[in-house]
Amino acid sequence: MPKSEVEIIVEDPAAPESDSPAVTTTRVVDVAVSFLLLAFAALMAYDNWRTGMGWDATGPQAGYFPFYLSVILATACLWGLASEFLARGKTSGTFVTRAQFRRVLQVFVPTLLFCLLMQWLGLYVASFLLIAGFMAYIGRIAVWKSLLTAFLFSLIMFVTFQVAFDVIMPKGPLEALLGF
Amino acid sequence: MEAFGLLLYGFSVLLTWKILALMMVGLVLGIFVGVLPGLGGPNGVAILLPLTFTMDPTSAIVMLSCIYWGALFGGAITSILFNIPGEAWSVATTFDGYPMAQQGKAAEALTAAFTSSFIGSLVAVILITFLAPGIASFALKFGPPEFFSVYLLTFCSFVGLGREDKHKTIISMTLGLLLAGVGMDTVSGQLRMTFGSNDLLRGINFLVAVIGLFGISEILLTMEERLALRGHAAKISLRVVLKVWKELPQYWVTLLRSSAIGCWLGITPGGAIAASFMSYNLAKRFSKDKDSFGKGRIEGVFAPETAAHASGTSALLPMLALGIPGSGTAAILLGGLMVWGLNPGPLLFVEHKNFVWGLIASMYLGNVVGLLLVLTTVPFFAAVLRVPFSAIAPMIVVSCAIGAYAIQNAMFDIWLMLVFGVVGYAFKKIGIPLAPFTLALVLGNRAEDSFRLSMIGAGGDMRVFWSNGLVGTITTLALVLLFWPLISSGFGYLRRKPVQQPE
Repeated sequence: MPKSEVEIIVEDPAAPESDSPAVTTTRVVDVAVSFLLLAFAALMAYDNWRTGMGWDATGPQAGYFPFYLSVILATACLWGLASEFLARGKTSGTFVTRAQFRRVLQVFVPTLLFCLLMQWLGLYVASFLLIAGFMAYIGRIAVWKSLLTAFLFSLIMFVTFQVAFDVIMPKGPLEALLGF
Repeated sequence: MEAFGLLLYGFSVLLTWKILALMMVGLVLGIFVGVLPGLGGPNGVAILLPLTFTMDPTSAIVMLSCIYWGALFGGAITSILFNIPGEAWSVATTFDGYPMAQQGKAAEALTAAFTSSFIGSLVAVILITFLAPGIASFALKFGPPEFFSVYLLTFCSFVGLGREDKHKTIISMTLGLLLAGVGMDTVSGQLRMTFGSNDLLRGINFLVAVIGLFGISEILLTMEERLALRGHAAKISLRVVLKVWKELPQYWVTLLRSSAIGCWLGITPGGAIAASFMSYNLAKRFSKDKDSFGKGRIEGVFAPETAAHASGTSALLPMLALGIPGSGTAAILLGGLMVWGLNPGPLLFVEHKNFVWGLIASMYLGNVVGLLLVLTTVPFFAAVLRVPFSAIAPMIVVSCAIGAYAIQNAMFDIWLMLVFGVVGYAFKKIGIPLAPFTLALVLGNRAEDSFRLSMIGAGGDMRVFWSNGLVGTITTLALVLLFWPLISSGFGYLRRKPVQQPE
């Protein structure tokens, strides 16, 4: 049988190390999320109780349905907490390792900055900065390639949405300068 | 037969250059979405939805559903050539598809995958063509209690039949229903859960949540993994295609069984992922030569691909006929219907004939064109994976932001998308399923309305949900499904009892 050639190879130089220590376990996050949801359910229950969770002449009030949903949500959270408590002796898997978490932040922080900058610079300029910066700094791709890709992508997006489909995006000083 | 005439009418709606061009664009974008890691069917459709805001509903749904077919086809390419499932529903395809590629039979495996996908969806579309109009006209007689019982059945079957921890499914579902209620109450006009915020007045937009949950969170998850890959190149020649097609008839049992499994799990909320695994396992169990599975058996490619495609397509049946989506992607298409100003539900078949039959006809045409397209362009799409992820990730982020902003032109939605991105990341890692949340968010308001309208109609008497044979059966079935795990373990306990002798 002919062995097929491996023809496409993509390396990942910045891959997270496999022996990186854990930041936290899945159980810790599970419990934390359950408590957050419990608090959320309590808040929602309170708000719907204030809106009116009973009955009036026209049938169930606006808060009736969501109030009982918050009660079910809270019950499910307590159930989850109880089962985690009963399983406390058993070991729990790693939620995320330090190296993985660093990579996640490498995407999340630039995304956050992109959303912040978008408000002043407009979406298209911000997306140019995000793509160019991300490719050059995190992907370690040659600067000219990063700049060119980012420029072309932002331009294509601009032409597609602004010009062809009339979908309005946040715009900044550059677009104003160009008369859009 | 009436359905034939209507189907022909549907084709006449489709055959314009504009719609055919949109179809090709949709398919190509869809295959891209399916091939790229960190971008799947649901978020691909959600991100590209804003493109369709200014189109008429028929063109829009044709393009979006073609993105979906494309994504289904594309998932198989990476599974077979790279051993990386581009989509969760193509995991089972890697079991035999990748070994085939290693043995130099990549072209055969790809042809098998695409052809069986085509067969699976063809079976599902035929089912839709003949069943959907009947179900819809039956559902026209439904009142609020019937609709509520159908919604209840959908929700309960998620809890009872899902593989995840029950309390996690319930958390996901109630959270979705709660968030669907934020904003103006549709029955009384009262504001609720807005906490005085003007942004929350509009409610939590379903599509924004989906883009965050599936788009942003998927990028975060993908980054955690090692993204290096090595794969086989493949070129499909006509000779190979004909050879595989010639073998096809001897696997008719597998193909038929897998299509049936796919259709069933697509209509009920089991989904394409469960369908592909189940049909792989059954093909293995019924095979005379069990050990050859996992070592590059062509049947191991046929089974999961047929089922995944059949399930993905038939998920549109309940969406069209009842307004209840059978999958995450169908839920997003349903969200699209509302954006285009159509009211999902059985009335669609009466009021928007050209839309419904245009969509059904496009399923036939889209799958034929899609099959030809993937067979001829595989090398090109496989090469897409050479593009480094550090270039693709920010582009996906930008597309997500455009999608989220375009829905209501609100900066608030961009922040909401980010929050949902983090929530989706955490939920996926601790095993809270996202599909019930999606479904609850899109159906929440209508479920609540039908509940309250039935309560008003019956003066608050819960017995209205058992007031006639139909609604009573559905409600009882819903409750049985909800408590199914308890019931089945109860049966198991009863059966085991005689064996346990006192010592």
